[in-house]
Amino acid sequence: MKDRAFISIKGISKHFGKVRAVDDVDLEIEKGEFFALLGPSGCGKTTLLRMLAGFEVPTAGEIYIDREPTAAVPHFLRPVNMVFQNYAIFPHLNVFQNIAFGLRKDRLPRPVLEERVNDALALIKLDGYGARRADELSGGQRQRVALARALIKKPKVLLLDEPLGALDKKLREQMQLELRDLQRNVGITFVFVTHDQEEALTMSDRIAVMSSGKTIEHGPPSQLYDRPRTRFVADFLGTMNFFEGRVAGSDGDGLAIETDRLGMVRAQGPADFAVGDRLTVALRPENIRISPHTPNDDVDTIGGTVSNTAYLGDRTHLYVTLEGSDQPVLVARQNMDGSGSDGPAGHAAVSLWWRRSSVLLLKSG
Amino acid sequence: MTRRTGTGTWLRHYTIVYLVFIYLPVVLLPVFSFNDAIYVAFPMKGFTLRWWEEMVQQTGMLHALGNSFTVAVPVCLVSTTLGMCAAKALTSYKLMGARVLTGLFALPLVIPFIILGIALLIAFNSYGLELSLWTVGIGHVLICVPFSLFVLMSRLEGFDRSLEEASLDLGETPWMTFWRVTFPVALPGVVASLLLTFTISFDEFLLAFFLTGNESTLPLYIWSQLRFPAKLPAVLALGSAILVVTFVLVTLAERLRRQGEFRSDTAAGGS
Ligand SMILES: Nc1ncnc2c1ncn2[C@@H]1O[C@H](COP(=O)(O)OP(=O)(O)OP(=O)(O)O)[C@@H](O)[C@H]1O
Ligand SMILES: [Mg+2]
Repeated sequence: MKDRAFISIKGISKHFGKVRAVDDVDLEIEKGEFFALLGPSGCGKTTLLRMLAGFEVPTAGEIYIDREPTAAVPHFLRPVNMVFQNYAIFPHLNVFQNIAFGLRKDRLPRPVLEERVNDALALIKLDGYGARRADELSGGQRQRVALARALIKKPKVLLLDEPLGALDKKLREQMQLELRDLQRNVGITFVFVTHDQEEALTMSDRIAVMSSGKTIEHGPPSQLYDRPRTRFVADFLGTMNFFEGRVAGSDGDGLAIETDRLGMVRAQGPADFAVGDRLTVALRPENIRISPHTPNDDVDTIGGTVSNTAYLGDRTHLYVTLEGSDQPVLVARQNMDGSGSDGPAGHAAVSLWWRRSSVLLLKSG
Repeated sequence: MTRRTGTGTWLRHYTIVYLVFIYLPVVLLPVFSFNDAIYVAFPMKGFTLRWWEEMVQQTGMLHALGNSFTVAVPVCLVSTTLGMCAAKALTSYKLMGARVLTGLFALPLVIPFIILGIALLIAFNSYGLELSLWTVGIGHVLICVPFSLFVLMSRLEGFDRSLEEASLDLGETPWMTFWRVTFPVALPGVVASLLLTFTISFDEFLLAFFLTGNESTLPLYIWSQLRFPAKLPAVLALGSAILVVTFVLVTLAERLRRQGEFRSDTAAGGS
């Protein structure tokens, strides 16, 4: 039992009739981690979270929280609390009563209760809001009240289902940082669900990417972004250029790959590809540079024509058509010091280059 | 709005005629209860409080009023409780054939009360149940439950399931969750249901006529008094009193309902 992680999800499945909402998932989450479940809509994130909370009974598998099996523990006795997607603030109670809701059973004397609720209000920076009615709160304030209401229970794990989904962009970005800080301060393990990859990258210690009820990959954000092992994750996080290829040869420091549109590409790929294997080559748009001259070694280069540009403020996207192909390659150019308008425009001939170390090799499929 | 179309004026006239048609007889009730004459007819005589005094002194009438309360109060409590259970079950679980069930619950509403009355009479007789206010109450519960069910279902349908889940999540048992969350949120609906079913039971005539023993409820008593012209003005006074009380109650219920609706609307709208 000792070697088991703080939360251990073993072979968990949940079927609704023929729908396999969650399909044989294994995950381990460490104590104090900020862990994200990321995936497209309908991939089973909420279902997995609800099984952790005890609202859904797994079809198969076992969940251990703090090393204890949870199957026999009803939701109202689990050491976990949940922040619901729509916050589920009780409309008939004020802020104070909402936050104190879960403390009834503790039978605290009034002064102690007031102190704890006021501490919670201070934690979420809503001091003095106790008497407000639920319908007098803004979206961000409700979100905070929902957080305080769950945190005051001092759970071992806090589950959050798209906690920032209903907020506008500015507020969401602010809350991302606040939530992160809050989690560090209270030291509680957070498991949170999102379909927003940026949010997951910003906030989490580790991310599990899900698709069709399965976890595809999990790891720290930078690992998943920089070194994805699957095409799905490479595609889901950020933007990516994909090329189909075949290993043509290998030498001491890498592989040579014959690709459909980039010609011969060299990569410092993992050694699990042999000569003749089919694979997918992936290149981030920001790792492809445009330059009239190429720096010396360790780079590959190819010529093309700019077919289209999209100005995005902080960067410009250039669609570059390569010789012998009509599917353009996406190149991202940082716009610094107001350089947005002086890059290459439509129909300009350009030369693209990239470092070998930024070439990703993925299994085809 | 300077020029009105032909249909516009027509509609206005229609509305006025309609309102007069509906409300004039109702207004006549209190007016004639102060009229110093036995016969309800124009021209009116002087003003008197005689009929109101007589009403208070008529023991038969007061007894019938008491009977009506004895039936209506338990009926509204029982049928609202039953309605609440059924509404909760039908709205929160995906029951097999929930639509069919809802239809079955509504059935007593579409069966003519006279048929229902006869059917119940036969049933009670064959079970050897003696007719009394009890049997009237059973009949009234039967017709009140559907009303209560629909009032509460419309209240619970907009109910956010995650509120109950949040309560369970915060450590409450299902039972306490009902009392701390579901019931208070549905309270305006409960009050509306209580008032509605009370009113239905209070002035129901047909079932009471079939199912009562030798006690009579107020509608039965009033009906029996209509044969004696001298008693009519006191009935008018009683009718006026009931009218005022009902008006106050219904206004109150509507207020409560709107307030609740407003609250849950804004609560949902904020997220
Ligand atoms: N109670 C249920 N009954 C039947 N099917 C369900 C139920 N709950 C979820 N599903 C199905 O299970 C799958 C996963 O649903 P889930 O809510 O977990 O997705 P999600 O990843 O949270 O999606 P979203 O990002 O849209 O919230 C979906 O296909 C959904 O239709
Ligand atoms: Mg979801």
